[in-house]
Amino acid sequence: MNKPAFRIGTGAGFSADRLEPAVDLAKRGALDVLVLECLGERTVAFAHRDRMADPRRGYNSLLERRMRALLPACRAAGTTIITNMGAANPRAAAERTLAIARELGLTGLKIACIEGDDLTATGPRDAAMMDEPGRLSDVDMPIVGMNVYLGVDAILPALQAGADVIIGGRLADPSMYLAPLMHRFGWVDTALLGAGSLVGHLMECGMQITGGYFADPGVKDVPDLANCGYPIAEVAADGSAVITKLPGTGGCVTTATVKEQLLYEVHDPAAYLTPDVTADFSGVNVESVGPDRVRVSNASGRARPERLKVTVGFDAGFHAEAGVSYAGPTAIERGRLACDIVRQRLEQVHGIADGLRVDLIGASSLFATARQYPADTQDVRVHVALRARNKSVAETMLWEVESLLCCGPAGGGGFRGAITPAVMTKSILIDREHVTPHVEVLIA
Amino acid sequence: MTMPRHNEQRIVRDIAHARAGDKGNTSNVNVWVYDQADFDLLKRSLTAERVKQAFPTLIQGEVTRYALDHLGGLNFVLRDALEGGVNSSLNLDSHGKSWSYLILGVALVEGDER
Repeated sequence: MNKPAFRIGTGAGFSADRLEPAVDLAKRGALDVLVLECLGERTVAFAHRDRMADPRRGYNSLLERRMRALLPACRAAGTTIITNMGAANPRAAAERTLAIARELGLTGLKIACIEGDDLTATGPRDAAMMDEPGRLSDVDMPIVGMNVYLGVDAILPALQAGADVIIGGRLADPSMYLAPLMHRFGWVDTALLGAGSLVGHLMECGMQITGGYFADPGVKDVPDLANCGYPIAEVAADGSAVITKLPGTGGCVTTATVKEQLLYEVHDPAAYLTPDVTADFSGVNVESVGPDRVRVSNASGRARPERLKVTVGFDAGFHAEAGVSYAGPTAIERGRLACDIVRQRLEQVHGIADGLRVDLIGASSLFATARQYPADTQDVRVHVALRARNKSVAETMLWEVESLLCCGPAGGGGFRGAITPAVMTKSILIDREHVTPHVEVLIA
Repeated sequence: MTMPRHNEQRIVRDIAHARAGDKGNTSNVNVWVYDQADFDLLKRSLTAERVKQAFPTLIQGEVTRYALDHLGGLNFVLRDALEGGVNSSLNLDSHGKSWSYLILGVALVEGDER
């Protein structure tokens, strides 16, 4: 049977991704499914902190704006939305979406809420770490949340129930793409699950495959990057797919953009682990089949991992940053003197030396620990970063950097300082039998 | 176009493009030649040993190289190379997103230097 290609679009590739190109895609893309992937490991931990502060929160802070803009367009086009914007509180996210749907008059819209990923109350407290020595109980910080990565098993029942919008928490990124493909094409073979996971892997970071995170003037020029379009995958029943984007949008889809994303955050290309399959990207073919159209094929897969990954988030106290700038002749020398003064005073006067880093932006910062490169600039910024469990320690650091204005080298200006909450995450593995996802459908 | 740099050592960026990602304290950088004819030069210039030696203070763990010959690509997995990773690094770029340009800055090993 020769079924037509299944069209999946990405409408967000991370928590703060753009909205207006997603609305454009929802309206013009003739999509079967629109996926909004909005979770990183640390995003979930921060969401748990939000939920602790207010039990009605803990979901993506842009959910309301996104749903308000996308629900009408997706309903008009018959497009199913799948998202992990529920973060640490999928129930609240689904209820908020229900209220928005009713407000917009979208009567009968089916909103599926997937729960069961949150193991904060029940998860093992002293499990061995997944990829480093030690156990969870060795960490001297309060746990804020534990979430297991849910795969297609959790999403398929929502599709079978005919949901228009599917909202979960820690849904694995590629699974949000693979599930609707399995639902459409009836895939069960592991090679096809690998192929569908490749589609998900390529699409899950949104514009990173349509020209975002790619441009390098002179060698990798990207047209109209400011108006970059989100990607579309046209997936065939045999698992091959064409990656493309809407006409009239900025960006580009080339074999180069696709290849860079093919191995993004991948270690062994022959063993990419998801909850659903051990995907094999090592034999993937990437070919240009037209302007902004690249075909990928020949992905494969083997049996899924026996156990599931769990992200554990901890309250790590505070992250503090402060800076002051120097410009003109001898800017580097004055900046270096300021760096030395800050280090000396924080240690000698306040006993703060651990968890401290001082950079001189413009001379040496991002690559400071990698290599020394020659610097020739008249515009530098002292940047001081500190991690502290105690907020008053963070405040002391900001105070010391600000004091450079009157007490430091000549001509310093532009002090800014900020203290933000910090989280830390660790990974453990859990047996599948301890995980029971469930779906509830709310009807507007 | 970029200006040709006469009489200068060519670097990886002259023949290839790259993207970096992170998982925990492990960075991965994938590198792709623009022209398949340069793939041997890339492979000889970016051996796992050469990458590790280029950044001995940054890369604390082992370097593993995977090759996708048919696509002209190399994937480097750099263990313990993110100053603790996003959880604890105080680098402005705590994910090591810019590590792709560390690799692109490595000098090529041209034919007669083999």
